[in-house]
Amino acid sequence: MSSYKIIDHEYDVIVLGAGGSGLRAAVGLSEAGLKTACISKVFPTRSHTSAAQGGISASLGNMGEDDWRWHMYDTVKGADWLGDQDSIEYLCKEAPAAVIELEKYGVPFSRTDDGKIYQRPFGGMTKNYGNGIVQRTCAAADRTGHAILHTLYGQALKHNTEFFIEYFALDLLMKDGECKGLIAWNLNDGTIHRFRAHSTIIATGGYGKAYYSATSAHTCTGDGNAMVLRAGLPLQDMEFVQFHPTGIYGHGTLISEGVRGEGGYLVNSKGERFMERYAPKAKDLASRDVVSRSMSIEINEGRGVGKEQDHVHLHLSHLDKSIIESRLPGITEAARLFANVDVTKEPIPVVPTVHYNMGGIPTNYKAEVLTGNDSETVPGLMAIGEAACVSVHGANRLGSNSLIDLVVFGRAAARRAAELVKPGTPHEDIGETETEKCLERFDKLRNSNGENSTAELRLSMQKTMQSKCAVFRTEKTLKEGVDDIRKAYDGMESISVKDRSLVFNTDLVETLEFDNLIRQAITTVDSAYNRQESRGAHAREDFPKRDDEKFMQHTIAWCNGKDSKIGYRPVTKTTLTNEVQYFPPQERVY
Amino acid sequence: MVQINLPKNSEVQKGIYYQDKTGSKNIRKVNVYRWDPSNGKNPREDTYEVDMDNCPSKVLDILNKIKNEIDPSLAYRRSCAHGVCGSCAMNMDGKNGLACTKPHSEIEGDINIYPLPHLKVKKDLIGDLSGLYKQYESIEPWLKTNTKVETTEIIQSQKDRKKLDGAYECIMCACCSTSCPSYWWNEDKFLGPAVLLQAYRWIVDSRDDERKERLKKVADELKLYRCHTIMNCTNACPKGLNPAKAIAELKKMLATS
Repeated sequence: MSSYKIIDHEYDVIVLGAGGSGLRAAVGLSEAGLKTACISKVFPTRSHTSAAQGGISASLGNMGEDDWRWHMYDTVKGADWLGDQDSIEYLCKEAPAAVIELEKYGVPFSRTDDGKIYQRPFGGMTKNYGNGIVQRTCAAADRTGHAILHTLYGQALKHNTEFFIEYFALDLLMKDGECKGLIAWNLNDGTIHRFRAHSTIIATGGYGKAYYSATSAHTCTGDGNAMVLRAGLPLQDMEFVQFHPTGIYGHGTLISEGVRGEGGYLVNSKGERFMERYAPKAKDLASRDVVSRSMSIEINEGRGVGKEQDHVHLHLSHLDKSIIESRLPGITEAARLFANVDVTKEPIPVVPTVHYNMGGIPTNYKAEVLTGNDSETVPGLMAIGEAACVSVHGANRLGSNSLIDLVVFGRAAARRAAELVKPGTPHEDIGETETEKCLERFDKLRNSNGENSTAELRLSMQKTMQSKCAVFRTEKTLKEGVDDIRKAYDGMESISVKDRSLVFNTDLVETLEFDNLIRQAITTVDSAYNRQESRGAHAREDFPKRDDEKFMQHTIAWCNGKDSKIGYRPVTKTTLTNEVQYFPPQERVY
Repeated sequence: MVQINLPKNSEVQKGIYYQDKTGSKNIRKVNVYRWDPSNGKNPREDTYEVDMDNCPSKVLDILNKIKNEIDPSLAYRRSCAHGVCGSCAMNMDGKNGLACTKPHSEIEGDINIYPLPHLKVKKDLIGDLSGLYKQYESIEPWLKTNTKVETTEIIQSQKDRKKLDGAYECIMCACCSTSCPSYWWNEDKFLGPAVLLQAYRWIVDSRDDERKERLKKVADELKLYRCHTIMNCTNACPKGLNPAKAIAELKKMLATS
C-alpha cells in the first residue's frame, strides 16, 4: 500500500467527531493543557447535534421544586432498568452544573419571567419519583441543539483546539489490545493521515441511517462504532433503537417532544386522544417507547389517519399563538416545509420514526471503553455521546437526556484523559501492520468494480431493518431480518465504486459508510433476535413481558464480517455514592 | 472597450448528457456544474434527465436521485436534510439556498444547479468555505463575561433575550455572504453578512461584558463599511433572517456611540 502518501501526527489525545460530546471533550482537553486534535468528517456546526430541538435535562428547579434523585429515578425507569445506576447517578448529579456551564459559555437559553433558564415539561420527567409532571428540560426555543453546538464550537475556538475538518476516519490503530490512535483520509486533498495518541475518544454519534426512515442526518452512519467492531471489540445493547413518536409522515423530519411538552397532543382517526388509554397519568408525555407503541397499535388496529390510515395527527393549533411563536418556531417552519401544514390551523401528520441508538460502545461512567469482559477497560480508548453505551439510557432514552449525556460525559472523558495522560509523553513505535490492513480495505473498496451500486445495497439494508427490526418484533420477522441483512452484506463482494479519485470522492465515502452501517445493522438485528423479552424500545410480540431473571443484562455483540457473537454482561446494580439508594426493578407504568 | 472573460481553464464546457432510462413521461432536465480537480480538465455542465414521478419535493431529492440512480460520482455536501445543518447550500436556478428546503416545483424550465458563487470549487458542488470560517473565528464567537457567580446562570431578561432572536439561528450556510457583490470583490477583508450577523449576535448579548471592544473591532472601513445595503443577503437567507438589518444596527450603534 506504499502508493498512498501517509502523513503522521502525534497528539496527547484525539477526539473523533465534533458534535456536542466531541466538542465538549475537546474544550476540556485543551483546558487541561493536553495537545488535542479534533477530527471530523463534517465542519463542526454541521454535526447532527444541531438537529436536537426540545432541550437539555437538568434538575435546576427553575420552574418549581426539583431534585437530581427524581431525575435519576425517571431515567432508571425510562431505561426500563437496563441502565447502569452508577452512571445514571453521575449523569443526573452533574447535570445542573453542566447546564450552568453551557449558559456561561453563551448558550442563548429561553428565559423565565425572572430571567432564569426556561424549562419545559418532557416525556417521562416527573417530580417526587413519578408523582406529577416536572419542568426539567432547559430550552433555547426549539433549537436547543443548534444553540449548544454553535456555542461549543465557539468555546473550542477560544481554546485553540486543532481541528482536522472533512477528514474521514478509517480505522483504529490497535496494538496488543491497546488503542494507539487512528487513520483518516483527508477529503480535501486525498492524503492519508495517521494520528497517534495516548488516548482516542470516539464521539461519532449514532447510526440511524441503517434504517429507511429516520430523523437522522445522512451522515449518521456510526463510523466509530464500526471501527470498534473492526478492532475486534464489542458493541452493547444494539437492539435498543428508539423510534421517536413524532417524525413527519413521509419525510421523517423530527417534530420535537417539546410540542407535547407545551400542550400538544396526538389524535387518531376517530378524533380520540388515544394516549389517555395507554398512559392514564402521563398521557402524551409518557416515555417515547410507550407513545410509539401506542401509535403503532392505533394504526395497526385501523385507527390511523390519511388515505392509507398509516399515521396519526399531532395537534397544537389550540395552543396560544404567542407560545407557538416564541417556543416552537423551528417546528412551525419544519411543518410548513415538509408537511405543508400551518400549525396554527392544522394538525401535523406524524409517525414513529427511527431517532436514537441507545446501544453503542460499552463504557464506564468515566467514558473508558470496556472490553466486554467484566469491567476491564481498553487502554487508550474512550467513547462518548450517542456512539457510547455508558449505559445511562438503557432500553429507552428519555427526551432531553441525550444533550445532557453529551456534555456531562464529554466533560468526564476530558477529566479522565487528563488523569491518565501526561502532556508531551513520547509515543512508542507501532509498526506498519495495522496501517497496511486498513489501507488494504480502503484500496479494495476504492477500486471495486462489481455489479451492485452502494445505493442499492444501502436501500436493501435500510428496508430490511425498517420492516424486520421495527417497533414491534417477533421471532419470525427477526429471523428473516437476520438472514436478509446478510444478503445485503454479501452484496458488498460485488460492490461498485465509479469514482476512483481521492479528493471529495463522495462515492467512496458513501461506500465506506455503508460498510460501517451494515456491520452495525447485523449486530442490531442479531442482538434483537437473541433477546427473548420485551424491555423499553425492544418490544417482542412473542415475549411481551420483561424478564428480569434472564435478561436484566446488557447484550454484548462482536461482529467479524457477517459473523456475530452474542454475550451478556450484568447491569450495574449499585449507585456511585450513598447520596442515593439503588432503585430496584418495578413494573413500568406511566 | 474592456472585455472581462473567465480564464481559459475556468470556462464551463458542455458536459455529458444522461438520457432517461426509466421510460418516464414526466422528465425534467437538470444541469449540474461538474469539476474534478484530479483530471486537469475544465469544468463542465452535465445534464441529467430525471424521472420526476418518483422524486420527492426538494432539490436535494433530485441530487440524491442522480447520485443513487444515475451517476454516483456527483459530489455535494449534505447532512441533516431539513435545513438546520447548512451543508447543502448551493446555487439553484440562479439563487442561493439550501437544496434540502428548496422545492423544485418553484423552479421553471430546466433546473440549473451550481456551487455557491465566487468560492473556490473543491469538486463539483463543493465550495471552499475556509475563508469564511477564518473570519468567523476572528470575531471571537464566545461569551466574554466578568461574572464571578459560578453556581447559577447569568440572569437575562426575556426582553434582552429577545434581542438574540433573528441572529442566533444562523446556520452558517454562507448563502448570504456568497450572494453579496461586496463580498465577491473583498472577501479577504470585508467580513460579509454571515460573519457580521454573528458579530452582532455577541454585541447585543446582554450577558457579554466586551460590547465596546467588539464594536471597535468591527468598526473598520473594510470589515464593516464595505456593506452597501444591496440586500442580496437578506434575500438569500434560507432561514428568513435579516443580516442586512443587523449590519445597519451595527452602523447605527457606531454612529451613536
